[in-house]
Amino acid sequence: MIKDKTAIVGIGQTEFSKGLAGDEVELASEAILNALDDAGIDISEVDGLASYTQEATSEVVLSQNIGFGDISYFGQVGYGGGGGPGVIGHIAMAVATGQCKVGVAWRSRKRASGAARRPWSKGASIQESIAVNHTRPFGMIRPVDEIAMLTQRYMHEYGGTREHLCNIAMAVRKHANNNPDAMMREKLMSRDDYMNARWISKPLCLFDNCLETDGALAAVIVSADRAKDCPHTPAYIHAFGQGFHHQHQVMQNFFCADPLKGPAWVTARKLYEQSDIKAADIDVAQIYDAFTPLILLSLEGYGFCERGEAGSFTENGNLEVGGKLPVNTSGGGLSEAYVHGFNLITEGVKQLRGTSPNQVENAETCLVTAGEGVPTGAMILRK
Amino acid sequence: MSEQEPTTLLPFIDEVNEPFWAGCREGVLRVQQCPDTKKLIFPPRPGNPWSPRTKPTWTEVSGSGKIWSFVEPHPPLMLDFTDRAPYTAICVELDEDPSIRLIGNLLKDENGDINDFSYDEIEIGTPVKVIFRKMSDEITLPLWVKQ
Repeated sequence: MIKDKTAIVGIGQTEFSKGLAGDEVELASEAILNALDDAGIDISEVDGLASYTQEATSEVVLSQNIGFGDISYFGQVGYGGGGGPGVIGHIAMAVATGQCKVGVAWRSRKRASGAARRPWSKGASIQESIAVNHTRPFGMIRPVDEIAMLTQRYMHEYGGTREHLCNIAMAVRKHANNNPDAMMREKLMSRDDYMNARWISKPLCLFDNCLETDGALAAVIVSADRAKDCPHTPAYIHAFGQGFHHQHQVMQNFFCADPLKGPAWVTARKLYEQSDIKAADIDVAQIYDAFTPLILLSLEGYGFCERGEAGSFTENGNLEVGGKLPVNTSGGGLSEAYVHGFNLITEGVKQLRGTSPNQVENAETCLVTAGEGVPTGAMILRK
Repeated sequence: MSEQEPTTLLPFIDEVNEPFWAGCREGVLRVQQCPDTKKLIFPPRPGNPWSPRTKPTWTEVSGSGKIWSFVEPHPPLMLDFTDRAPYTAICVELDEDPSIRLIGNLLKDENGDINDFSYDEIEIGTPVKVIFRKMSDEITLPLWVKQ
């Protein structure tokens, strides 16, 4: 077990915006150098690297540009937004088992250039996966259409409503409005704004969808021993899990036997099996939010409420700071920045350091999840 | 492959899924089946998760089912879906096994289009049956009408 053997000791990021200068290598370099400065560790000590398979910058190119030490571990985790905690978990395992000493994980994205361009808009070639043959010809083209299909069923089966989705969007936006780094820091959103927003894939509207962002983030992971010497409060990686089930279909879970019980459920089983901290002990959660309904499904999957009860769980300000489970306290992918969930990781670290713009009082434990609906991962950070 | 700009998104036929699309051309709906457990399998794949040392076989199903869920996509979309938006797409659970579901569109009748019904006119649980529409020599799509 890797329980508490490693910690995130440095975090760094670029600005988040819709049109940053510089390519992904420059953005990644800036984020990584900032994270190492934050950790008080020289770049020549970096010997482990972990990233997403969708990352546009390679280990080698980054090393050529910013000069890591000799690298003894490098690895990647797939499935886009399913990656974040998996990437951290992999480098944590490498550090805990002695494959490397100073690990760096990162994600950089530019919306206008090659790698981050919407894959569904690439034209008529639909050979990438078997299943899209059976969705795209009928106009189920975008990720939002696939999640909307699950959402409509969720509403039918459990009485979920747009009010519940609005509760999520508003809670997360409220957090962004208080976060100087958030793209939506100045954009207030009322219930009327949400209810009157244009449809993207009914029952989902514009504000059920994440932002599109240029930006990069990075984190530095070292052993618990080394972490004590770093300048900031370490965020110990207490537990980590990944998962997907037997007949999982990436994003197309309506082809599964139980579509509303996604990979979060398998991941949660492993996560809590490794963890002394259970759902009831989590002070604050950063839940992957490419779409608002992913938070509903994740609240159930990670055991914060029973199946079908996530809608009512969103009521009474429960997801806001001061509520039962403050969620996405930086504004998340919906309202801070959409960088495949890496900002959820750095916000989790800030909560444990006590430096979040929306600080949860005495936060000692934080759940960070990757995307529900794809092979996913999650971790529990503690002070 | 034709060099012509595509106007819509058609499936890519390969040796694994060919029996499905051949069925559509012949006017029958076929899905894969595990020969040992008799479980139905969809979407098509080369292997058989229920009995991994056997290959899936193909079996004809009735083409009757119920609407499990539906969506109404709005722009930004692509190709001819942009012109026809908003339209609806439905997910149909098959009568033979409700855990086997197909994506498609609900039309008023054989001559209908994907925007025949709006979001408010579709209900989960509505019984539907498959119809087939020829798109090209190779491709015939399975679509749905109310029973």
